[in-house]
Order: sequence, then structure tokens, then C-alpha cells
Amino acid sequence: MPRLHVNGKARAYDGPAAKRLLDVLREDLGLTGTKEGCGEGECGACTVLLDRRPVNSCLIPVCQAEGQKIETVESLGSPERLNVLQEAFLTEGGAQCGICTPGMLMTAWSWVRGGGSDSPEAIRRVLAGNLCRCTGYQHIVNSVVRAVRERRRGRAAAKAPRKATTARAPRKRRKA
Amino acid sequence: MARSRRTSPPRREGPEKLCGRLQYVDDHPLPGALFGATLRSTIPRGRILGIDFDSAFPWSEFVVVTARDIPGRNVVALIEDDQPLLADGEVRHAMEPVALVAHEDRARAYEALSHVHVRYEPLPAVLTLDEAMAAEKTPAGAGSVFKSFLIEKGDVEAGLAGADRVLEGEYRVPHQEQAYIENNGMAAWVEEDGTLVVLGSLQCPYYVHKALKAAFALPDDRVRVIQAATGGGFGGKEEYPSLIAGHAALLAWKARRPVKIVYDRTEDMAATTKRHPAVVRHRTGVTRDGRLVAQDVEVVMDGGAYVTLSPVVLSRGTLHATGPYECENVRVRSRVLRTHTPPNGAFRGFGAPQTLFAAELHMEQLAEALGVDSLTLRRRNAFSKGSVTATGQVLGESVGARTSLERCVKRSGFLKKRADNARWNRGKNKTWRGIGLALVHHGAGFTGSGETYLASRAAVSLTRDGGIRVLAASTEIGQGTNTMFAQIVAAALGVAVDDIVVETPDTGRVPNSGPTVASRTCMIVGGLLQRAAGQLLDEARRVLGGAPATRQAWKKAARSLCGAEDERRFEVEYQTPAEIRWDDKTYKGDAYGVYSYGAVAVDLEVDRLTYEVKVRRVTAAQDIGKAIHPLFVEGQIMGGTTQALGWALHENVIYEGGYMRNAQLTNYIIPTSLDTPPLDVDIVEEPYSRGPRGAKGVGELPMDVPAPAIAAAIHQAIGLWMTSLPILPERLYEAHAPAARQR
Repeated sequence: MPRLHVNGKARAYDGPAAKRLLDVLREDLGLTGTKEGCGEGECGACTVLLDRRPVNSCLIPVCQAEGQKIETVESLGSPERLNVLQEAFLTEGGAQCGICTPGMLMTAWSWVRGGGSDSPEAIRRVLAGNLCRCTGYQHIVNSVVRAVRERRRGRAAAKAPRKATTARAPRKRRKA
Repeated sequence: MARSRRTSPPRREGPEKLCGRLQYVDDHPLPGALFGATLRSTIPRGRILGIDFDSAFPWSEFVVVTARDIPGRNVVALIEDDQPLLADGEVRHAMEPVALVAHEDRARAYEALSHVHVRYEPLPAVLTLDEAMAAEKTPAGAGSVFKSFLIEKGDVEAGLAGADRVLEGEYRVPHQEQAYIENNGMAAWVEEDGTLVVLGSLQCPYYVHKALKAAFALPDDRVRVIQAATGGGFGGKEEYPSLIAGHAALLAWKARRPVKIVYDRTEDMAATTKRHPAVVRHRTGVTRDGRLVAQDVEVVMDGGAYVTLSPVVLSRGTLHATGPYECENVRVRSRVLRTHTPPNGAFRGFGAPQTLFAAELHMEQLAEALGVDSLTLRRRNAFSKGSVTATGQVLGESVGARTSLERCVKRSGFLKKRADNARWNRGKNKTWRGIGLALVHHGAGFTGSGETYLASRAAVSLTRDGGIRVLAASTEIGQGTNTMFAQIVAAALGVAVDDIVVETPDTGRVPNSGPTVASRTCMIVGGLLQRAAGQLLDEARRVLGGAPATRQAWKKAARSLCGAEDERRFEVEYQTPAEIRWDDKTYKGDAYGVYSYGAVAVDLEVDRLTYEVKVRRVTAAQDIGKAIHPLFVEGQIMGGTTQALGWALHENVIYEGGYMRNAQLTNYIIPTSLDTPPLDVDIVEEPYSRGPRGAKGVGELPMDVPAPAIAAAIHQAIGLWMTSLPILPERLYEAHAPAARQR
């Protein structure tokens, strides 16, 4: 029986080994933040991180994720305390209908957390596997640029290097 | 551009979306729910001789529904009521729903479909617009015209006869898939008191409500429609959700258990609506110095197998067919024909992108024929205050056509780029470059009479504890409805945006504000809310002896105004402004209350080897009256621009034998972040006195402009007029390479 490591917790799963990671997350673990857009790895709406790298969870049989750290959108901030990337999306209009957003965020988070640059051209290349039909991408690119810069500023202000998880939410979001 | 937390407050449901907590239909757990699947026709047209169910299959595990199980009328009630909920006796397009099955296990439900066999007697089918036009005059084509329109102004034949130059042109535009990233889905259940409830991904709760009432023969209060979070619509969730809601409801009605139907991508693309393909012919007379003297336009659209929204799409296409130009002699003849393909329907722009592509590209060709540049020709003829349109409407206010054009030209450096590109193309480079321009108008809201018939309502309510709530049927589908409504009401009442609650559209709670379509949500429904808020404020003033300035004052007003009730509603209905006069019979008068205007410059290059087109930059200047939320307005303009870029360059719906053959995101290509250039947006604000704080519509306008600008840019790059979309590399190669070799 595979033991899954999801968002920092060990989770038991006793279903079929070939079930799509996407379905296990949504149906067995109740993590419906991860969305299905096409079911064939084209749109990226189902993107999660496996050992910090973005993958299409609709193409991964759950057994293949065993022993790897799985991160979903639920691992980022909460509505009361957004992380630096989510906050940037809110400020820059990076989310419209919101259905591509979880996948978009996970791809972008792997870039931002991994110390990626704030070059819009580089960010466009990073996001090319995540389709969005609402924004025309400009506001998403702007969001990621802002997040890279905010995170850099936050880390510089903290002076000492910090772990990725503590770099979240440098400031409290305004009351909604 | 001015963009602050004050003018652009954070998206209301943004934090929930950004944390993956907002529930779309498939995210709702619905304990005990069955999953529904749809059996669809496998031929484009035929008589149904019988439906056979494999006897060895354990059907007792399943719920099965056919047309016979429909308690009310077997129609998707909309305009003509000609589309059945489930085919009965005859199928009229491939992928038409014939039967439904449901099971606890989603995979089992789909598996069951392969154990149902429909026997058909095939009938002759008309599969393309060309076939439909060829069949029109034959007995086979009888009754194939769903709707036609005629606009006449002046004397077009005399105008053409007196013109210095007459130019003809034919333009073709294809299907387009909305490709919202969330596929269609609906859940349904029956409450203990017999009320039928559906929850789902949709744009128009009251369209679904109307359709369910007809299908189940239920009164108003026995049907309740609730919007789930909706992952994009673009028109694709305007009418088709009524059909899916009907299916989920039929299964739930029979099973007496909740039922969920969620399409996968292929089913969604192959079965649901697309943009109407069209052929548009222009015959235009012009004076030597570039003044339009006659425009004769013919528009033919492909409606698909059922009427659905085609008459209204054709209407908008017809009303925009002459472009944003004044001309004394005009004739527009239009019709939409039936083909045996899935019904075409609403898609952002709703007929206008089709006819405006033709109108604008024809202006380019006209300029070439006259030996002037197209900017000069546009300056000569564009609408300005006091212009009279093809329907005889006098444009009295908020006419930003010329301002948009000039600001776009200046901001994009159009003239310099054009010269630079010409120089570049003479050199030995790996690409050819071009910049192109387009200018359009887009009527905001329904037509003059359309809004009158809709008689939309919206309300602001004050709850006993002093809460202020917005009650409207307009849906948040990404465009920012919730936030924008809160802004309008907050500004009208002088309270903070955060003090306003915007309720989720639920027909059990909200009045019928009409559909979330036609760029009408801000201008029409926002206007209603501004009026409703005004009534609330007047009442609060009356009971308090002055305007409430604090939360405490609002609470005091609430106690007094609500009395023993939980809330006091201030509900208003749309009133047609006295100056708007429209005649549906003659198609004369004020077609729309007001128009938005947009100009776009597209700078692109064509690879000399592969003929791939790379868009380098898009500059858009668009007059929308007033940007209530500038960040969201930018988002609308950028998103619509990108969809138009996809329509012009990438998106290619391939129909074969009446089937969409590329119903996957793998081979139906929508723009990625790498296909999309930096987008530069200039918001032009020529306020409209009837709009809330001066606002007009913005949703559809951006979809109208880029395609003809791209075709114009390609003409500068390679010297060819590409009059059919999409302009794929292989089509460019075929058109250009032989000619290039001869040079």
C-alpha cells in the first residue's frame, strides 16, 4: 500500500496503484484545489510539485509518486495569510476565473522558490505549459515578476537565509 | 495608468481562488451522488429506428433516461424551442444527446454507454456552410434559413453607380472553440418538498431556470438554479448549460438521488457550441478622395443544427457589418443557415468579430486600391459625435472612435514602425515584418428593444443588522462582477467596498437581472444597482434625517427600515431611456444605447523559412466610458485580445463528416504564454451619461479588433491579403512561397 507524502504529511492510500495522482488527491484525499482541465497533460491545470518539480498530476499514476514529496496549492498560504506569490497574484490581477490558478501557482512557485529570475521572457518560458484562457498571460507574468522581487526583498530584509516555508506571507493581507 | 487599491480593490473571491478553496461544480462533494454520462448520436442526421440495451449488461445497477422520461416538454426552451433535450425520432447532428445513464462510479457510467446501441436510418446531411449555400435554392435546402435581416439606408445602387471606385471582397471566418479551462458541468437533486435544484458552471441562471420549468412542467418556485464557481465562459456557458442541467435533472428526478454530470475535454469540445463560421461579401463605393459613398454587405452564417441563439448572433453581426464608419448609402443583407453540425452559439463578440474582420480588412484593401494608407481612410470616415449609423442612429455622446484610433497610432508608434518594417523587409533578414491597424465599435448591452424585453431587475438589500447586500443574477465568471458590483454600490452609498456583500446568484434569492452576456453586466445591471442603492440611501436619509455616515448609523437605519423583517429590499427594473427608439421590423433606429470603441495595432513578423508568425507587440486603445476597476478592465482587454490572436493565427476547428476531429487541447491550439506578446493597453474614457459612473461595456470589444489588424500586418510583411482565418503557417506558405519563388 503506497504511503504518500502530501503537503508535509504522511497520508495513507489503499486504492488502485495506477489511479491518476490527480484523482487520488481530489477523490481520496479531498484536496480539490488541484483542477482537471484536459486530462492529457496539455493545459497544466492539474500541476502539482513532485520533489519540488512541477508535473501534470493527470499523467502520473499514484504509485509513481510514492516516496516523493507531493505539494499542492493547499500547501501555499491560507486566505487569511496568503504567501508572497498568492499575494502578488491578488495585487496584479493574475487570477480571473481561477480554474488555471492552482496549477499556474504551483509552476510559478517552483520557479520563485527555486530562486528563478524576474525576467518576463524567462517567466513566459516557465509558464508555457500552463494554459490560461482569461488573462492573456500579461497579468500572470507581472504577478510572478512581483513575487520574485518581493521574495528577494523579504529575504534581504531578514538578512539571514531562511527556509522556503518561512518566506511565506511577509505581510498580512488587507481585510477582505 | 492609475491603478491603486482604491480604484482596483482586490478581487473579492481572489483569496479563495488562490488557495484552491473556491468550489467549482466538480469540487462539491454531494454525498450519495451518481455520475451521469451522455449517449450521443454517431451520425450527423438520421431517423432513430430503435435503442437497444445489451441484455447481458447489469442495467439494474444503472439509472437510464430517454426522451420518454421527460415529464414536461422535450425542448431546451430558449428562442424557438426547436432543440430537444434528448433526440426523439430523429438526430440532426453528430454528438446529439440521445440517452443518459448514471452510476455511482463515474467510469462505470461511461462504460455503460458502449452497451447501448442506437439503430438509425441515415438521412442526407448538410455539413458545411458552402453546402448549405449550395442547397439553399434546392428542395433539400427548404427551410434552411433560420433567420434573415435587412438594413437599408439611402440608395445603395445609386451610391455605387456614382462612386469613383467600387471594390468587392469576400472574407471567411471559421468556428472557434471557447476553450474555457473548466469544462461544463452540472449537479442536480430534488429537495424533499419536490423542488428541483441544479448547481453548476453557468453564465445565465435564469436561462437554465426557464429551460427546466419547460422540461419538467414545474412552476417558478419549484425550480432553483444556483451558480457554482465558474471557470470561464466566454459565451460557451450561455445556452448549453441549460441542456446539461436538464440532463442532470432528468437523471436525478428518476433516481431520486443527486446526480452530477461533468464533461471531459473531448466531449465538451466536440458536443458544445462554437463561434458561428461566416462568409461576408462587401461591395463598396468610394470617392477619389476616400469618402465612403456606398456599402453593400452580405453576411451568411452557419447556425448548426438548431436555432438556439443564432438569430441574436446574426443580429449583432448584421448591426456591426459596416464597421465604425459613416456612409450615406448602406445595405446589409444577412442570413443564418442550418447545417447538420452541433449548434453554433454564443462566443465573446457574438457575431461582431466575424463581420468586423471583413469590414476592417475590406477598408485595408480599399485603401490600397485608392493608393492611400488605411489610417487616412479611417480618419476620413470614422464615427464622430453626430454621425449617423447604418440604422439611422445619431451618435449623440460618448463617441471615442477617433480618440481611440489616434491614441493607438501614437502609442504604438504606428507610422514609424511601418517605415521601419518596410526597411527591414528590403534587407536580408530571417523574417518579414508588418504592423497592422484596426478600428471597431461594439454595441453595449442588448439591442434597443432587447433590453426593453428583458426588463432586468436587480436589488440592494439592507439586513436588520445593518448589512448591505447585492442581489443580482449576473455571474462572476472571472471578469470581476462581484468586485465591480461592490464598488458601484459602495460608491453610491458612500461606504467602504468591504462593507458590501455580493450574493451568489441563486434564483431562489436573486431577481432576474438577465443573462451575463453582451457586455451588459457593468453598464446595465451595474446601472440598476446604482439606482437601487440610491433608493436605499434616500430611505436611510429619510428615517435618519441625514445620510448615514457610520456603521452605527447604518445599523440604526436598518432597525427602522426593516421593522420586523430580516431584510428590506430595494429592487429596480430596467427602464428604457426615453431617447432610445428602435424598430425591430425595419431595423431602424437606436440599435444599441451606446457603443464602445477599440483600436489595435499589431506588430508581427513572419519567419521566411517556416512561415510561423510571431506577434511582437499589441497596442490596444479602447474607449469603454469609464473603467470602474482599471486592473480588471485591462484584464478583459488583454484576455479578449489574446483570444482574437488565437482565432486569427492558431485555432483551427476541423470538422469532418460533421464531427470535430481535433476535440483536444493537444491539437486545437490556443495561445500559450510564449505565443502571446507583451500587451500594451490604453484605456480611453469617453463617459456615457446613462452608464454607472459613465461606464459602457468592455467584455466583448477586445475580441473584435485584433484579427483584421493581424491580416493587415501580414499584408505589410509578405504583400498578400489573407482573407480567411486562421492564418496558419502552412496556408501562408501555400499562398506565398510559389509567388516568392517566381520573384
